[in-house]
Amino acid sequence: MNSNFLFMGYTRSDVINLVVVLAVALILIPLTIESDYWYASILIPWLCLALAAVGQQIVMGYAGQLALGAAGFMAAGAFACFNLILRVPYMPFPVALMLSGLIAAAFGVLFGLPSLRVRGIYLMVATLASQFFIVWMIDKFGWFKNYDTSGIITAQDIVIFGKPFTTPLEMYLVVVVVVAVLTILAINMTRGSTGRSWMAVRDMDIAAESMGISLLRTKLQAFAISAFFCGVAGALFAFTYLKSLEPVAFDIKLSFKILFMVILGGLGTISGAFIGAAFILLFPVVLNSLGNNVFHGAIDATIISAAEQVVFGALIIVFMIYEPLGMTKLWENVKQRFRFKREPKATLPKPQVT
Amino acid sequence: MVEARRFPIGEPILEVKNISLRFGGVRAITDTSFNVFRHEIRAIIGPNGAGKSSLLNCINGIYKPQEGTIALNGEVLDKISPNIVARKGLSRTFQNLALFKRMSVLDNILVGRKLHMSANFLEVAFRLPKAVHEERENRAKCEEIVEFLEISHIRDTPVGRLPYGLQKKVELGRALATEADILLLDEPMAGMNVEEKRDMCRFILKVNDAFGTTMVLIEHDMGVVMDISDNVVVLDYGKVIGDGPPDEVRADQAVIDAYLGVAHD
Repeated sequence: MNSNFLFMGYTRSDVINLVVVLAVALILIPLTIESDYWYASILIPWLCLALAAVGQQIVMGYAGQLALGAAGFMAAGAFACFNLILRVPYMPFPVALMLSGLIAAAFGVLFGLPSLRVRGIYLMVATLASQFFIVWMIDKFGWFKNYDTSGIITAQDIVIFGKPFTTPLEMYLVVVVVVAVLTILAINMTRGSTGRSWMAVRDMDIAAESMGISLLRTKLQAFAISAFFCGVAGALFAFTYLKSLEPVAFDIKLSFKILFMVILGGLGTISGAFIGAAFILLFPVVLNSLGNNVFHGAIDATIISAAEQVVFGALIIVFMIYEPLGMTKLWENVKQRFRFKREPKATLPKPQVT
Repeated sequence: MVEARRFPIGEPILEVKNISLRFGGVRAITDTSFNVFRHEIRAIIGPNGAGKSSLLNCINGIYKPQEGTIALNGEVLDKISPNIVARKGLSRTFQNLALFKRMSVLDNILVGRKLHMSANFLEVAFRLPKAVHEERENRAKCEEIVEFLEISHIRDTPVGRLPYGLQKKVELGRALATEADILLLDEPMAGMNVEEKRDMCRFILKVNDAFGTTMVLIEHDMGVVMDISDNVVVLDYGKVIGDGPPDEVRADQAVIDAYLGVAHD
């Protein structure tokens, strides 16, 4: 089986997938898409929220801790980044971004503490504290907002090595690089011993502990790493998509959105975070353009946005009942079906000889 | 069992001294003491509700007994939790299967290698040489175990989809992967048919013979117990009523009474 690995434990198909995805993201899309709307309103928010969903996926899909409050960590990351650039002279943007992630991770550990005592729906309620506390803290103490009274602060320009990244395409490239690197790290963790410990805690914590896994360390680690991803995502979201910083942008609705992305995309898969984010983000856009282009505005916009909520709610119920592993699993079932037809022998178990 | 053993039975490896465990007013275990010797296969038997599983849970640190001490390798464990006990070289399986259901067979067994893998999350995230190297080595070890237990054909199947007998095997595999000095097996053959039981006995004996692993197993099938164990502890109402080689225990009047149900005073 070692012959399947090309290098560093990656298989040939891993490498092909990576090259294809990066080629599309860094070459094909910048060459073919010219409209700023696509970058500024679809690709950038999709990637930012997908990164936050990866964070939610780590704590919820992998470590099995029902946490709700991703937007709180995003707010922590966004305001940390703003203040670092504002107050530390010569602070390079990439460094500020990483430090914002670390600050969010510290909050992650703090608000992950209840997971050592409570689980399930009770933990969800306990972790809501992060959502409310962080946003309240930023609102309450003017220092975080640099004593700005308007309530909305403009984000600083992104400058890397003296070069400003201000057009939508340039910002998109920054986001792609950050998201790609962090996603690869997340995949490595979930495939390695770190991820196995998370999943072991998720599936059967007593057995995991009996194998020498420390529940305390593993759970807090998952919370910290999850918050790191959310923090970086929040900073990117504020600096490249909103281009402003306001605590209201990180309200509980956003936390729920990220939660739904993970549930619809599929618990326990990194690709699920991206699929779920795309669905939740694109669905209203598709509905709106349906309303405008097919019905020519005959249907009121408020009805459309109400319909959107109904469809989301229904979909979540349907997925919870029929396919808890989400859209990723549906896609895999389709692939599996085709594979089965091609080489039926490979999937049949061998008769056991004793 | 008469031929010379590669690992002759040695000094006590696990010493249970005066353990008492109560749940509220219910006494699960009362003042129980016995020693398990290095390299032996020790059976714990007793009627339902005698406190056998509770005893294993005390040894493993899941339950905290109100009184008594447990010593592993001559060292008394004062702070006792499952993950500390695991680090001291003790592993176990569970009565009602405690596998990681959504993970593959190989991944389940790899979790058993946890204590042999020391790369931290950053080394794993960046795939630094240490992480890659130890992942490869431990995977190879787990492939050997999968091979040994004759479950190679299901190595990539999520364990939740496997039939009961195979899940029991995977759980044994996970415990073996820890390379612990001492394994606690809580009813490893419960719910198995004769053939599966025979297989399981074979694996237990083979592991004991090949690696000298000390085994403590709870079992209800007397035939199995008499066949494979070196010594037997009999529990009844949370107390030890017999401790010795199978033949001696079988002839003991108190044991016979417990099994046939003589009125207690």
